[in-house]
Amino acid sequence: MNSAQVDERIRTLIEPFNKKGIAVEDATTFAGDLEFDSLTVMDFVAAIEDEFDIIISMNQQAEIETWGQLVAAVHTLQDS
Amino acid sequence: MATAMNEHLAPGEPVDLLSKFDPIIHTRETLLAAGVEDPFNLVMEQVLSPTRAVCNGRDTILLGTYNYMGMTFDPDVIAAGQAAMQDFGAGTTGSRVLNGTFRDHRDVEVALREFYAMDHAMVFSTGYQANLGIISTLAGKGDYIILDIDSHASIWDGCKMGDAEVVPFKHNDIEALEKRLKRVPEGAGKLVVLEGVYSMMGDVAPLKEMVRIAKQNGAMVLVDEAHSMGFIGQHGRGVAEEQGVIDDVDFIIGTFSKSVGTVGGFCVSNHPKFEVLRLVCRPYVFTAALPPAVMASSATSIRKLMHGGNKRTHLWENSRTLHGGLKALGFQLGTDTPQSAIIAVIMPDLEKGAMMWEALLKEGLYVNLARPPATPAGMTLLRCSLCAEHTAEQVQTILGMFERAGKAIGII
Repeated sequence: MNSAQVDERIRTLIEPFNKKGIAVEDATTFAGDLEFDSLTVMDFVAAIEDEFDIIISMNQQAEIETWGQLVAAVHTLQDS
Repeated sequence: MATAMNEHLAPGEPVDLLSKFDPIIHTRETLLAAGVEDPFNLVMEQVLSPTRAVCNGRDTILLGTYNYMGMTFDPDVIAAGQAAMQDFGAGTTGSRVLNGTFRDHRDVEVALREFYAMDHAMVFSTGYQANLGIISTLAGKGDYIILDIDSHASIWDGCKMGDAEVVPFKHNDIEALEKRLKRVPEGAGKLVVLEGVYSMMGDVAPLKEMVRIAKQNGAMVLVDEAHSMGFIGQHGRGVAEEQGVIDDVDFIIGTFSKSVGTVGGFCVSNHPKFEVLRLVCRPYVFTAALPPAVMASSATSIRKLMHGGNKRTHLWENSRTLHGGLKALGFQLGTDTPQSAIIAVIMPDLEKGAMMWEALLKEGLYVNLARPPATPAGMTLLRCSLCAEHTAEQVQTILGMFERAGKAIGII
């Protein structure tokens, strides 16, 4: 799966969590722009993990602040 | 992540490292300005028994102390401590691995091995340090820890300190645990961390299934049984014993500051290499050992808990009566049925919770006010923990207090 396809898939997954319908771009931040709290992060991460059959450990999550970083990380993880 | 807090500072001006706590300072000031007694600054001027104290000048029933078996005032427990203090002095002034292991440190570890019927026991200065030390030492860089999202702070801190890959799963969700275990890379070390009783809601873990799944997937299992010792399971060894999987648990963590009635933490295990942990576990090595009086009292208390059948029965009666009574009054509780000696009463929000907490205190009842981030799902809870020494009459008195306070605050 290429990066654009990963982006598209996660975009579907984020919909139920993006309650205010914020426009999501590469620089969009989860904590700041999307106002995700820790519970939302857990549910959203679980949805991605199940979709791609990967683990995104909390250590890796700590490095991910923006949408673009998330797509890149998932793209790398699903290839490994 | 960057915050806007210090943006008004001129270049070169020092940053106040405490500014990041301004939102907490603000929340607390707002709460106190509303005239509420400070829930996190209560003083017990006199402690009259395991279930009664003079708090902020009032004679108060204690319903939030985790003193499940009421051992704090047991005459044998006190006498053992007094004798040890007389004979061995007030403190150890040293690490367990240097000059801090006295006769009674060894004896309390013997008592734990007897209580759990396990080969090894290691005593720490607190339960927090037991989790911090054991978890951080077992799972290091490159290893994986799979843990329940509602785990205690000491478990999270142990994960962070050890630098393992940390993978949480949804609370008590067997399938979520299994999926994550199966995704761990081949060849990596795996530690599954669970609790017997989760202390915020008082609910019990499905250890039978979870331990089986962990073992099937080649993981080691650690269970924190802090809130079950002495009254869950045939021998009081905890939820893992109750559900028949204690032999498959690699490490049990526990504490002396609940059922045992003193202070200290421990790990028991049958692992043949367990004793090496005494040399490599930093929160064990680099801190002073507990005072001899605490060790002697703890050893006596643990041995008495092995024969505490009547007390156990009464504790469960108390838990059922309080749970059923609060439910009948219309309070929303953390569990549908009484699963442990903890009963969590769910409050609509922090403000109402603080008002209810204060109304109960004025009635003469102490419970814990628990709020985020310690609580799951951002809830505010009034957490009640029962004691085997609460009389049936006291439990009825407590229900009356909850009814009056709940109606006055408008929660029921």
